[in-house]
Amino acid sequence: MRRLLFSLMLSLGLALAASPLRLATTTSVHDSGLLDAILPGFTAETGIPVQVIAVGTGQALAIAGRGDADAVLVHAPALEAVFLQEGKGVLHACLAKNRFLIVGPPEDPAGVRWETNVLNALRKIYLKGALFVSRGDRSGTHKKELELWQAAGLDPQGKRWYLESGSGMGATLTLASEKDAYTLTDLGTFLFLREKVRLVALFDRDDPRMLNQYSYMVVNPERFPWVHFEGAKKLRAYLLRPEVQEKIGAYLKDRFGQSLFEPLFGRCVIPVP
Amino acid sequence: MNELVEITLRSLFVSGSATLLAALFGLPLGLWLGARARPQRLAASLLYAGMGLPPVVVGLFFYFLLSRSGPLGSLGLLYTVPGMILAESVLAFPLIAGFAMAGVAAKAEPVRRLVRSLGGSELQVHLTLLAESRRVVVAALAAGFGAVISEVGAVTLVGGDIRHATRVLTTAVVIETRKGELERAAALGAVLLGVTLLITAILVVFGEREAR
Amino acid sequence: MIAAEGLEKRFPGFTLRVPALKAAPGEILAVLGPSGSGKSTLLMLLSGLLSPDGGTITREGPAVYLDQHPYLLERSVLENAAFGLRLKGVPRARAREVALFWLSRVGLKALAPRPARGLSGGERVRLALARALATEPKTLLLDEPTANLDPANVARVEALIREEKARGRAIVLVTHNLFQAKRLADRALFLLGGEVVEEGPAPSFFDSPEDPRTRAFLSGEMVW
Ligand SMILES: Nc1ncnc2c1ncn2[C@@H]1O[C@H](COP(=O)(O)OP(=O)(O)OP(=O)(O)O)[C@@H](O)[C@H]1O
Ligand SMILES: [Mg+2]
Repeated sequence: MRRLLFSLMLSLGLALAASPLRLATTTSVHDSGLLDAILPGFTAETGIPVQVIAVGTGQALAIAGRGDADAVLVHAPALEAVFLQEGKGVLHACLAKNRFLIVGPPEDPAGVRWETNVLNALRKIYLKGALFVSRGDRSGTHKKELELWQAAGLDPQGKRWYLESGSGMGATLTLASEKDAYTLTDLGTFLFLREKVRLVALFDRDDPRMLNQYSYMVVNPERFPWVHFEGAKKLRAYLLRPEVQEKIGAYLKDRFGQSLFEPLFGRCVIPVP
Repeated sequence: MNELVEITLRSLFVSGSATLLAALFGLPLGLWLGARARPQRLAASLLYAGMGLPPVVVGLFFYFLLSRSGPLGSLGLLYTVPGMILAESVLAFPLIAGFAMAGVAAKAEPVRRLVRSLGGSELQVHLTLLAESRRVVVAALAAGFGAVISEVGAVTLVGGDIRHATRVLTTAVVIETRKGELERAAALGAVLLGVTLLITAILVVFGEREAR
Repeated sequence: MIAAEGLEKRFPGFTLRVPALKAAPGEILAVLGPSGSGKSTLLMLLSGLLSPDGGTITREGPAVYLDQHPYLLERSVLENAAFGLRLKGVPRARAREVALFWLSRVGLKALAPRPARGLSGGERVRLALARALATEPKTLLLDEPTANLDPANVARVEALIREEKARGRAIVLVTHNLFQAKRLADRALFLLGGEVVEEGPAPSFFDSPEDPRTRAFLSGEMVW
């Protein structure tokens, strides 16, 4: 009780007290619990509390682009490049990667599991007219999905079998499971929900197109003088530290038998100009 | 301390403060409008339309208002509890003022007739009307509180759903749903429902007590 | 005493005109007329609740209006009965004492502590009557005080009205009950569509009405 009163007073007094660092991030990173595992170490070391605002990649970049966050953790290289070019962000760093997969009902009506090329897999779904659930929410995953359709030379918009959920990855997986539909998912969210949904990984190969790269950017203090630049820079250095990178790689590896996030040690696998 | 308790208490604090803040202005306005002899059509239309304000739109409005790049940015209220209280109070205001107005307007005429016919003054008309409006006030407060504690659009945009800082029951339900933790989401929803019911029941019992 | 002259009240689509009207102390004026003829409007004008568009009203001492649909406060029966006295600044204990006396006179003493909201239609009217009488007004304006009552309570209320008359009150009584009007009234007035068709002493009004419309109304063959 006393702690709550304290925390309420703390949040009331935020305007006056030294403001914490605000990190806008994608929901998939937040919901995996990774940040709860690594951020306390940073706070203990620097005394800087970190407040995580979990939204879609599009919204994360939008609020950071108005100076309402001090740093972002997102996964949409093309949008990140724009953010940097517009002078809203600085100090881009690639933190980790994993991959996207196509999941669907075990019966696999379109025969996706035999494909070695993801574009061919999508073409099969298209030709078969098999149900496909899209995020439809301008998230990093949605962005990736649209890129893939375009690369395959297909336009599923408006097709009867193409459903847009407009919600997060977890809800979208649940919807796909209920509808016996295919969907594109990030590895992490799928591993968390694998037991709860009637979906299996059907396209899960080392295809460069299916790379999912997570990057960190600091909001430009020249553009937004009020941001917590020092803190954001410190967090960047902390996240890139080898032992922290190892910790990211080890997160839940025992439980799932594979890394949810493979560390990149700052070396991008998808170039961000 | 248990995080669920923390989130629940924060929900109560935010919604309670927002309701009180809205009532501070909404109740006098509603009572005053309702007690006017002529029907206040314009005010009524505005308030009733205000009851239908989409929370997300109010949230967006407050986001732009409180954003560091916005007009009130220097206050640093975005993603804080006080910021959430402000946005929520705007949502509660038309409900509280509107319910108070409608409730009082329904009684204004008969109460005026009674007091005046017994030789009472216009001041006594208003005092009696106020005393007779306990249920109306309770209904207005319950409506305002119920609307804001169960609302998710505005608190998400203005509060940012930051753990240990601005997370409330509704935003917690959204996260658990997003994660696919549907059972946990449902449990949180049950807590939300229980809390709302409890507070409303307390208000109603309070209002039902006969005067002296 | 209550009197009015050249009274006029206009509503959209309805106008009430009363050239002259009077109830002297100790006199009962019965106001008759079909639904919508302006009876309640007339009483509200006389009480001052409505202001007339023309004409003058003379009141001697306070007049109390008993509403056709009385409003009961969200309080106990006793507090409701004491309300008029409380408005006049009578101390609570004294007001309750007087209120209790009047409650017993309308047969509601046993219900004194109950919330007024739960009362039956007939009980509500009687409570409102007790509330009005407790303030000891010089003039009583009663709008259908027995409309919802059983025969025993009708008799009880009529006895009360007679008593008030004997105490020198001027009384205007709106009623749909012709027999009641005959039993109680000293004078009678017949309203039709806002116009006074006939007004006069009760015996001649009931026994030899001048206007054929009054005759038709009294015999129950009113067409309008
Ligand atoms: N405030 C008002 N505005 C407009 N019209 C009104 C108003 N009050 C009364 N009227 C109209 O005046 C007419 C007389 O109404 P009033 O209540 O005096 O009738 P009444 O004789 O008492 O009828 P009843 O026997 O049904 O009680 C009705 O046509 C009514 O609609
Ligand atoms: Mg009437």
